[in-house]
Amino acid sequence: MVRASEHVGGYSLPFEQPVIELERQIAALERRPDAEEFADDLKNLQASRDSLLQKIYRNLTAWDIVRVARHPQRPQTSDYIEMMCRDFCELHGDRHFGDDPAIIAGLGRIGPYKVLIVGHQKGRTTQEKIACHFGCAHPEGYRKALKKMKLAEKFGLPVVTLIDTPGAYPGIKAEERGQAEAIAVNLREMSRLQTPIVCVVIGEGGSGGALGIGVGDRVAMLEYAWYSVISPEGCAAILWKEANPDSNSAAANALALTAKANLANGLVDHVISEPVGGAHRDPQAAAKSVQSWIVDRIRQLKRSKPETLVQRRYDKLRKIGAVAWQEPQSSASAAR
Amino acid sequence: MAQVPSRSWTDTPELAPKGKKAVPEGVWIRCPGCTAILFRKQVENNLWVCPECQHHFRVSGERRLQQLADPESFEPFNEQMAPVDPLRFVDLKPYTKRILDAQKRTGQNDGVQTGTAFIKGRKIILACMDFDFLGGSMGSVVGEKITQAILVAAERDLPVVIVSSSGGARMMESVFSLMQMAKTAAALARFDEQGGLFISVLTDPTTGGVTASFAMLGDVILAEPRALIGFAGPRVIEQTIRESLPEGFQRAEFLLDCGFIDRVVPRSELRSEISRIIDYAGK
Repeated sequence: MVRASEHVGGYSLPFEQPVIELERQIAALERRPDAEEFADDLKNLQASRDSLLQKIYRNLTAWDIVRVARHPQRPQTSDYIEMMCRDFCELHGDRHFGDDPAIIAGLGRIGPYKVLIVGHQKGRTTQEKIACHFGCAHPEGYRKALKKMKLAEKFGLPVVTLIDTPGAYPGIKAEERGQAEAIAVNLREMSRLQTPIVCVVIGEGGSGGALGIGVGDRVAMLEYAWYSVISPEGCAAILWKEANPDSNSAAANALALTAKANLANGLVDHVISEPVGGAHRDPQAAAKSVQSWIVDRIRQLKRSKPETLVQRRYDKLRKIGAVAWQEPQSSASAAR
Repeated sequence: MAQVPSRSWTDTPELAPKGKKAVPEGVWIRCPGCTAILFRKQVENNLWVCPECQHHFRVSGERRLQQLADPESFEPFNEQMAPVDPLRFVDLKPYTKRILDAQKRTGQNDGVQTGTAFIKGRKIILACMDFDFLGGSMGSVVGEKITQAILVAAERDLPVVIVSSSGGARMMESVFSLMQMAKTAAALARFDEQGGLFISVLTDPTTGGVTASFAMLGDVILAEPRALIGFAGPRVIEQTIRESLPEGFQRAEFLLDCGFIDRVVPRSELRSEISRIIDYAGK
């Protein structure tokens, strides 16, 4: 069932404005003591609301999608774990420095499979958000993720990663503790981890911070998630010299960061459809879709030997890139 | 003016003459490190290191090759590999225009040169990034050339030396660029399993997606003095934490203190340092 805006934290996206008025009417009608008499009207209103939402969401721009991906009520890793996973057993700490709450890791059961789940966590309350640095992990977060993935490898458990980060944390401590090294090591080790890895970008796929838990056999994006080498604002600030609504929107377009674009470019394997009006309006339905994709892909991957998986994972990465062949500008070369 | 320190090795090839964009033009140049006015030729003969304060000027990939490899020993491969514009990326300027301008300026197809070379008689696979080419950014070509360099090294059982100088992944190829991080790291995983030696040389600046992939995965990691090395750029960090950064933050010496690189090596000693590591590794 599609939740109304007022049920999703009162936060409404600007492009949803036309829906808001309808929702107000629906709510007012529902509140009436004689609401039952208006059951048909209510149904009609709901139907027009749904079709309007559908229409709006069909035509979202790339920048609109970035805003949906950042919706404060959009389900996060902890929500998906709660909705998809039975008997979740969280595992903390990187065994070197600390425990980064911006990355959650743990064992759990999804469908018929025992798996290891790793995901970015943004936090919901202000306190949580601050503790999680709004989903921006520190090196110890990436090292925790790897530590637990190695555990999964040892016991033959598939790894499920849920990606949702604006980017790895840019700060003094993060640099001191080797943010770059932590991500680099994860890329190398995930490329050769001898167990199935499936990844889902559930919200924001911000650059190296996303890829740091994003190397897998199968990578999917939720319909209104984004995945890019840099955030649209970061890109706008550098290439358009200023981040403002226009340049952010232009950058979002240029970066081809939507699920659809990344699928078309062969950079992800699948797009998981979201409920009408985005995952935040019906988290249960979103979780169901994510879960069925994960279960299905694990089933496929489990048929292959770990060595075969690693070989195919490598072959897949090996092919990514678009290059041409031409003679270098020899005249300039001579002048140097 | 202090006397020019003599070089620690004598088999240097002739340094690249003529106009270079990475370093200032003119007969006299001002050192950005100590503001001393220096005679250009003297700096050039000192491997583009300030004889007064040892400031290491940024040098192009071309010049770097000439400084590092034995004379005439560099044999490039994949010189013809060139960028395309998979996303038809346009910001204030089209990406294709930026590529063309950079190609004209540098005479190179993209931001890295790879090939076989000798260092003090030892055969290696050498890759030198060029900061002049769109900030040394890694798009598909840089990622692919680095990957192939690693694979060739694996095939021929040669050490690979990659000299990094890069602002990170190239924005204009978005996720294509991002995935080059995973691709190069995956190639290094294989190389590592075969017992290959990878010496990563970090020069000013090495940041972003290059640091967070192959550059930090060296068996041995060397860095030039004062080189800026990090994941996030200093300005991004300042904006995030809203305070100015401590002196020396993200410099080579800082990374040494934090335990993330093996040695800080002055430019004049790179050849001998690389050679002896190759010898210790028995490669």
